[in-house]
Amino acid sequence: MENAVEVSNLVTYYGDRQILKGVSLSIPAGMTTVIVGRSGCGKTTLLKHLIGLIRPTSGTILIHDTDITAEGDQSQLEQYRKKMGVLFQGAALLNSMTLAENVALPLKEHTKLKAPVIDIIVRMKLDLVGLSGFGDFYPAQLSGGMKKRAGIARAMAMDPKILYFDEPSAGLDPVTAAGLDELILRLHRVFKMTVIVVTHELPSIFAIADYVVMLDNGEVVFVGNLDDFKKSEKPIVKAFLERRPEEVSYSPDNYFKIITGT
Amino acid sequence: MPQIVESALGALGRKTLSFLKDLHKVSVLINEVFYWTIVSPLKGRPPRVRAAVSEMVKTGYDSVLVVVVIAFFVGAILAFQSAYQLKKFGALLYIANLVGVAITRELGPIITAIIVAGRSGSAFAAEIGSMRAQEEIDALTSMGINPVRFLVVPKLIALMLMQPALTTFFDIVGMLGGFVLSITLLGINPAAYVNQTIIALQVNDLVTGLVKAWAFGVIITITGAYQGLQVNAGAEEVGRRTTASVVMSIFLVIGFDLFFTALFYYFT
Repeated sequence: MENAVEVSNLVTYYGDRQILKGVSLSIPAGMTTVIVGRSGCGKTTLLKHLIGLIRPTSGTILIHDTDITAEGDQSQLEQYRKKMGVLFQGAALLNSMTLAENVALPLKEHTKLKAPVIDIIVRMKLDLVGLSGFGDFYPAQLSGGMKKRAGIARAMAMDPKILYFDEPSAGLDPVTAAGLDELILRLHRVFKMTVIVVTHELPSIFAIADYVVMLDNGEVVFVGNLDDFKKSEKPIVKAFLERRPEEVSYSPDNYFKIITGT
Repeated sequence: MPQIVESALGALGRKTLSFLKDLHKVSVLINEVFYWTIVSPLKGRPPRVRAAVSEMVKTGYDSVLVVVVIAFFVGAILAFQSAYQLKKFGALLYIANLVGVAITRELGPIITAIIVAGRSGSAFAAEIGSMRAQEEIDALTSMGINPVRFLVVPKLIALMLMQPALTTFFDIVGMLGGFVLSITLLGINPAAYVNQTIIALQVNDLVTGLVKAWAFGVIITITGAYQGLQVNAGAEEVGRRTTASVVMSIFLVIGFDLFFTALFYYFT
């Protein structure tokens, strides 16, 4: 099985706080991989590393055998960015542009295609996500679910090999969220690309995942396919799947220290 | 006592470190801005001309009215205030010299810069800041589009051209304001006033004013862009950074003005 992403010994600090504590994992090509974990476990930070937005303190990330963390030479990172797409949590469409202009943006910047060709590609991409006829709308005129679909159309503009999703169901009602999961599945089936989704929504994980990576407190606690994930006996995985709250143990001594601030 | 000294030195050190960090970030931004404005077009990647034109309309054309009205008032006020002193010596005609030189060398560039800092510099900071807060800048980066090239360079080109242009408007209308007041309320002969202005003004005065205006345009753009790009999250921070951009622009404009004025005083 070929790997799309190889992460080894990734360490990240925000100021003095260690966010990722030596993360190593591989993500198989051509599958839908879900990165799960509780809020604050470092999964969004990991995603930001994978899309090259932040640099790790140490460690390397290989994407299809290309090191995107290499110092100095930015051209490999630039090339990689043209071959991936990202749907951000709030869709991150440029509010000053229409949907069509948003989708056309990467094509205009990175290709020498003529305007009529770009128009056709834009209409195709919008149709792909079920937004035919919305090209002239501005992001502010759309609902949350439609914005995310438009975000996917923009992410798909350059026919990416890897498509990333940052919490696609965040802030959506269950029906819209399920529709988005369905869209992710369909795109994956049709285009056979590698899909990497960061989420903590259980229904979404069960619906779309082939492969699961679980992080906790900046460390990898589970890597494997969905069935193994469901059957896992690890307490931390079980707690996540069964939605059990973390047991908080307070001793009187600790509590005294907390309230006196010593 | 040693504790007080220790904490005072500690605070000083932290301030120094954070200042140096800011300085580093600003230098990186300036470096990047000039790379994408000057070096990259030479390598065959021209800036976004249409975006620059649209920024010129927003920062230049849309500011003309406010600049012109303020310029007229400033010229008239200056004529009034100088008349107050000059009439004691029966030298009312020298109002023409004072208004002409003061406006072209100093008031034109600086008041225009303060107007533009409040109008356009703050808009730059707010626009870029809210784009940061909504991950739009991250989205641009992830699409392989450099946010500095995409957002800051068109604004810089626009202000580098529009700041001198607006200053020219200010100069002309400001002198007109002084002229109108002098020939009406102060009863100075129009032909004599015009003649006196022509004698008093030198090309140098105009040129130094416009060079300053160009530099102020650069300062305002980079300050606005820098403050906007420092936003991490939240509407509250966008507001704070917008305010900071105006305060910092005006401060830097006046600081650099002192520097330029001293420079021109000794070397022209």
